[in-house]
Amino acid sequence: MATATKYIGKPLKRKEDPRLIHGLAHYVDDLVLAGMLHAGFVRSPHAHALIKFVDTSKAQSAPGVVAVLTAEDVRGQIGAVPCAAVLPDMKAAPRPVLATGRVRFVGEAVAVVIASDRYALRDALDLVDVDYESLTPVVDPEKAISKGAPVLHEPSPDNVAYRWELEGGDIKKAFKQADKVIRQRILNQRLVPVAMEPRGVLAEYKPGEKTLTVWSSTQIPHLLKTQLAAMLGAPEHSVRVITPEVGGGFGSKLNVYPEEAVIAHLAMRLGRPVKWVETRRENFLCTIHGRDQIGDVEAAVTKDGVLLGVKWRIVADLGAYYQLLTPLIPTLTGLMLAGCYKVPAIRIEIIGALTNKMSTDAYRGAGRPEATYYIERLMDLIAAELKKDPAEIRRKNFPQPKDFPYATPTGVTYDSANYQKSLDLALQKSGYAKLRKEQAKLRKQGRYLGIGLSTYVEICAMGPSSAMPAGGWESATVRVEPTGKVTILTGASPHGQGQETSFAQMGAEILGLTPDDVHVVHGDTAAVPYGIGTFGSRGTAVGGTAAYKSLIKLRDKLAQIAGHLMGEDPQKLVFGDGRIWSKSAGNKSIGLIEAIGAAYVAKTLPPGMEPGLDATTFFEPSNFTFPFGAHVCVVEIDAETGDVRLLKYVAVDDCGNVLNPLLVEGQVHGGIVQAVGQAMFEEAVYDEHGQLITGELMDYALPRAGALPWMETHRTVTPSPVNPLGVKGVGEAGTIGATPAIINAVVDALAPFGVRHVDMPAKRERIWKLMHEAPPRRAPRAPAKAAARRQAGRRAK
Amino acid sequence: MSVEIQVRVNGQPHQSHVEPRTLLVHYLREVLGLTGTHVGCETSLCGACTVLLDGRAVKSCTVLAVQADGASVTTIEGVSGLNGSNGGLHPVQEGFWEKHGLQCGFCTPGMICASVELLGKNPNPSEAEIRHALHGNLCRCTGYQKIIESVRYAAAKMKTRKR
Repeated sequence: MATATKYIGKPLKRKEDPRLIHGLAHYVDDLVLAGMLHAGFVRSPHAHALIKFVDTSKAQSAPGVVAVLTAEDVRGQIGAVPCAAVLPDMKAAPRPVLATGRVRFVGEAVAVVIASDRYALRDALDLVDVDYESLTPVVDPEKAISKGAPVLHEPSPDNVAYRWELEGGDIKKAFKQADKVIRQRILNQRLVPVAMEPRGVLAEYKPGEKTLTVWSSTQIPHLLKTQLAAMLGAPEHSVRVITPEVGGGFGSKLNVYPEEAVIAHLAMRLGRPVKWVETRRENFLCTIHGRDQIGDVEAAVTKDGVLLGVKWRIVADLGAYYQLLTPLIPTLTGLMLAGCYKVPAIRIEIIGALTNKMSTDAYRGAGRPEATYYIERLMDLIAAELKKDPAEIRRKNFPQPKDFPYATPTGVTYDSANYQKSLDLALQKSGYAKLRKEQAKLRKQGRYLGIGLSTYVEICAMGPSSAMPAGGWESATVRVEPTGKVTILTGASPHGQGQETSFAQMGAEILGLTPDDVHVVHGDTAAVPYGIGTFGSRGTAVGGTAAYKSLIKLRDKLAQIAGHLMGEDPQKLVFGDGRIWSKSAGNKSIGLIEAIGAAYVAKTLPPGMEPGLDATTFFEPSNFTFPFGAHVCVVEIDAETGDVRLLKYVAVDDCGNVLNPLLVEGQVHGGIVQAVGQAMFEEAVYDEHGQLITGELMDYALPRAGALPWMETHRTVTPSPVNPLGVKGVGEAGTIGATPAIINAVVDALAPFGVRHVDMPAKRERIWKLMHEAPPRRAPRAPAKAAARRQAGRRAK
Repeated sequence: MSVEIQVRVNGQPHQSHVEPRTLLVHYLREVLGLTGTHVGCETSLCGACTVLLDGRAVKSCTVLAVQADGASVTTIEGVSGLNGSNGGLHPVQEGFWEKHGLQCGFCTPGMICASVELLGKNPNPSEAEIRHALHGNLCRCTGYQKIIESVRYAAAKMKTRKR
């Protein structure tokens, strides 16, 4: 990368925005085709039941209804929902696209109704009569894997989908040498991703051309195309997937869903375009969930707080079926359980449990927020046990900058880092030392300030193909058009990340043009080369690198042409202001357009050179990248109500080099606030009958604008050696780094009450109980004092 | 059964026949083809469908089209025509673009309409007042901070325009 840049690294405002702020962008639900029908699904109200009988007759004859189909009607015509994960001894848990004989979670699709308009459809859905015989559901993952639990899938009689074990170093020795052993159960509650745009699918089949076009709100257009072809038995070259504007994904659209295949099938079957758009209620019930793990940790430490070894046992609730990556996500937790610390010995056991709930899968961070939360809680537990400052304990266990690339006992190699530097900056920017003094002062007044730290490392830029279920490379084609405009076709599939802008910045920089001269195309399998998609903070690190390499190939070709035309050494030419300049011969230059013209007119090309200006790269990274950082959170807890108020948030993130700092800041902010969601508000609760009782925005609390402090963001820059851009990725950093910082702050605030751990979300009721149920000898008298003060205040009025 | 309604939308008069149960958001999107207003939850909790009904920000997923009979509606497509923006960018739209107040863009039309209403009532809102005014609008991408900066930018811009 060039050191002095004109566009790369600059906070350019986005090229995407004008269409979005004028309301002129098109999401799936905005598309209308002639003769289009609307589809909706009849879904199971039972968590576990046999389907005895489905009566569709009333719905069939309702006004506007075109068809009603059940599993029986599509038998043998649509394959099961695909799962790309392969783990040793993994048991099968196949999901038919429409429930066949049995339902295994509330919301599972049983029938599909197709009608001429949205309102007729809604009326007809209520007319499908399904007779169920309810079975006992199993909701608690630990009960699910205990003896005698109801069985979900016959191949897995104990509801254990798989066991994943990993051991590194001498764990027995570590525990023998330990001065202290610290144990804790740490929960990672189930979350609902809630992208603001629910999922949607529109499909059109043209019988003359025999082409199927599917518009879907997805993060993975190419993988979806391949899977749809397989599920429908259609030749893949006749299937085209288009992702129009996608209103957020966060992993929830990194999947292949039954509705995508059913809607595509219906378009072919009925010969008319069919659209389905998820309701928010459906989004809660049958779009993938995230997290949902129970972690038990035992850590062996010296009296000074040096980690000797850690044992983890994790039960991961996978839900009723495997979606695309369901079984894989908890193993990502496993890979990152050493955190940013030297852990000489580790033993990990992960058990995937099948329960009567919606599948869990990738939700922003996907396995890594869980790992970071566990280890960052552990570091604070160690600090509390040894009565040391949490910053000191962390520093003591960091590997040094010279130790990189750093191999962990979990088998991954961290690319580059300076953990001390980001922690120092976070402590300095937050005024940590002063905050501690303030905290001590306020405690004396019966006010509970909490200061929480988190130092995190994440595994990103997914990733080398050797470690991925379906290829970890990314593609890009760059085309310099005859008029001098540039088109970048990327296999990545951005949906809010802003790569139409950042890739254009790169194109402008490399070819000496302006970002307005560069147009980025994505999300149309008929237009862009086969790609993997956008997830796992890979869009820029892998997709951007593919674009970069294609741009360099074309710059080199243009330099060859210009050198030939100018009689100059191509090595000594530079690009800028729409011209190609000679470094050696004064101000000699030719217009870029002249070299481009030569490439297309093809009369004056260097001998043997192919005409045209089109370059494709399939970039295969040599490793993942490992972004890192340090976050500080300050909370105050109201002793009377248990209310946790976020007072201050300081984030230091290191995502390597940066293409556009404005976009990076946006990613960090959004990530932190999703972490605030997990730490403070969000919780997908299934009751004992398997009913999702937080199945609406009314019951599932998302962070709103009023609940947040002003976030302060800073960066350190440690370039990644894994790609030529030196970028690491930033899409998930906030979600990974912030959750433990917030909960560590809450626990820190409650230290005077003898509290050593708090489960998420830190709801008032939970906090209040912890403060008021603290063992009497350790509980301070402040709440009583505060209450007395309040009483006095009332009397005074 | 259908009912006749007369609604002025983005300055244009419309006379339509709608089912009484038709939601305003479906009328705007499906009858008038103004798809910039989005449906995010159908329960008035997310604010993606916020439009201005006689200048007041309302959630069009819980307003019936017949309730808009005789009223004037401004959707995101019409925001640039307000306040003498002359079809260019409204200061609020400009703020969202300048300050990176959007990512996926799905909540943005509602956020912009809610912000336009706020600045109409309170030309110089504090951070807390902006947060309060946008409490009914969910955004899952931005963490709200850059939306607040966008609204502040717009407030400053509108003040200089008035001078």
